[in-house]
Amino acid sequence: MIPAIIVFLYLAGVLYIGIFAFRQARGREKAEDYFLANRSLGPFVFLFSLFGTNMTAFAILGSSGHAFSNGIVTFGLMASSSGLVIPLTIFLIGTRVWALGKKYGFMTPVQMMRDRWEMGHIGTVIFAVQAILLVPYIIIGIMGGGTTLNAISGGLVPYWFGAAIVALVVMSYVFFGGMRGTAWVNTFQTVLFLCFGVVAIIVIGVGMGGFRTAAQSMLASPAFSALLTRERISPYYFFSYTFIPLSAIAFPHILIFCLTAKKMAQFKKTVIFYPLCILAIWLPCVFLGVMANRVTDVPEIRAKQEARRVLATQGRTMEPEARDELREKAAGDDVILLLLERYAPFWLAGLLGAGIMAAVMASDSQILALSTMFTEDVFAFYGGKTRFGEHVQVQTGRLFVVILTLLAYAVALRAPETIFELAIQYAFSGFAALSPLLIAALFWRGSTKWGALATTIWTACAVASVAVFQEMVPAPAPGPPTVIWALSGYEILSRTPGGTAVVGFMPVVPMVLVSALLMFVVSLMTAKPKATTIAKYF
Amino acid sequence: MPRIVLVLIVVALYVLHQDFWFWRTAHPLVFGFMPIGLFYQACFSVAASLVMWLLVTYAWPSHLESEVEHGVSKEEGPER
Repeated sequence: MIPAIIVFLYLAGVLYIGIFAFRQARGREKAEDYFLANRSLGPFVFLFSLFGTNMTAFAILGSSGHAFSNGIVTFGLMASSSGLVIPLTIFLIGTRVWALGKKYGFMTPVQMMRDRWEMGHIGTVIFAVQAILLVPYIIIGIMGGGTTLNAISGGLVPYWFGAAIVALVVMSYVFFGGMRGTAWVNTFQTVLFLCFGVVAIIVIGVGMGGFRTAAQSMLASPAFSALLTRERISPYYFFSYTFIPLSAIAFPHILIFCLTAKKMAQFKKTVIFYPLCILAIWLPCVFLGVMANRVTDVPEIRAKQEARRVLATQGRTMEPEARDELREKAAGDDVILLLLERYAPFWLAGLLGAGIMAAVMASDSQILALSTMFTEDVFAFYGGKTRFGEHVQVQTGRLFVVILTLLAYAVALRAPETIFELAIQYAFSGFAALSPLLIAALFWRGSTKWGALATTIWTACAVASVAVFQEMVPAPAPGPPTVIWALSGYEILSRTPGGTAVVGFMPVVPMVLVSALLMFVVSLMTAKPKATTIAKYF
Repeated sequence: MPRIVLVLIVVALYVLHQDFWFWRTAHPLVFGFMPIGLFYQACFSVAASLVMWLLVTYAWPSHLESEVEHGVSKEEGPER
């Protein structure tokens, strides 16, 4: 219970930061102040909060859980590819969006696109698709909160209650503090979880009697040696994953965050240090996730390994429901928490738990971004701001924060998927497929609103199709995929144990490529915006 | 540094991410515990940071900065 008390103290601290930010902003109830911290964030806060915004429950719980089941491939799949692609997109796209925001006062990506392509309701369609895709990301945070508090308290805090507490705390500081509060909390959290990785690896390493012995014994074991290589993962799958980080810059909360920098020079440190921050967080989490397989004295970990073994040996003959149940038992989302519980002293487990909570609670930015988008792209665009004034606009944003958090909480209680799968399959792939919108808006004079609409509709349909497909075709047991459609011996569409494969690639690859192609072809066939509009951007 | 060199460096780094040469081996264990595939990808992250430094140093879009500083703020934007 002591670790849980430390985590509760941490939550109280986070809440205080949000309310302190609210006091700082009192008397300045302007939309730009609440939603963008008055475009005034300094270099330190900008770097750490932008990075923290991108690190969710997925970074710590998801990565160690994935590494527990799949081995070292997790780092190359998600971390190092992000370390290249994300700062590159911030460098190319983030800086341009910042400059346009400063020049023309944009507060959301849709505002910029409406102006760039001279469109109205198509912008609303883009808003709707962005909003639908962003909600799962928020759910991840709340689910992670429930899982973490439940594990840290040794089961005393039930999942539903833990998730409710996290939802309430996040909702409160976003409600009061807006972007300033969110950025400060994110900075605090990022510093915490940067420290977390180092401390966790030392404590658990010492507890396990050093990693050398663990690594050597894994290497000698036929059941575990493959986890130290990538032989279980197809190179196509590995390549596919490099498309996923394209989603980062297309996530509205990241792009909106790019608008908060006081000066463009603040992007420099962010771009340079981003890959190193990723390294500092992910390497310990992935390594610990893999090494957890050598822990023999934690019954929960042994139960997961047993479920994995049964799934691999008997999964083919089981009913889909039984397979799903085993898959849930084998999931390693809480494996790092179990390691802490086993090897860290009570007080330290609490501090480290707070570090995990810090990552888990990064859903604050998504909640604020959705609120900003709703009030700017819908409320203000359809005349609400003119009719009711800016004060009502800010209050509407706050109300939206409350409704959204409650909805996300309700879904988090019912969602059966693991944190990791939910994030990857829907939100990340969808936003990666929306990235051609930004590239076309900023780098191609010939792009049009109809190209943007085609890309957006395709993204929505593709995400929905993948979801329906995976719902209708049950996941096979570990091993060869279930081939649904083959042509001359070539597998075109398959259901894999972890998702869907299109010609061997993850769906994100065709989704992004077709998005880019639609933007290109449809734009070529349709009328361009006025020359004066294009001149504002090039 | 010419832009084309920077583009080629970025493309080369992207290709180097697909390190199929360490796909099926854990040997050598660097520092006695870290599989070579994991160590390679960690080094890749450091290389990515160095490439970002090159981009920021030699291809920084300073024209955007000066446009903002010298242009009229929030001109012809959305209704505010």
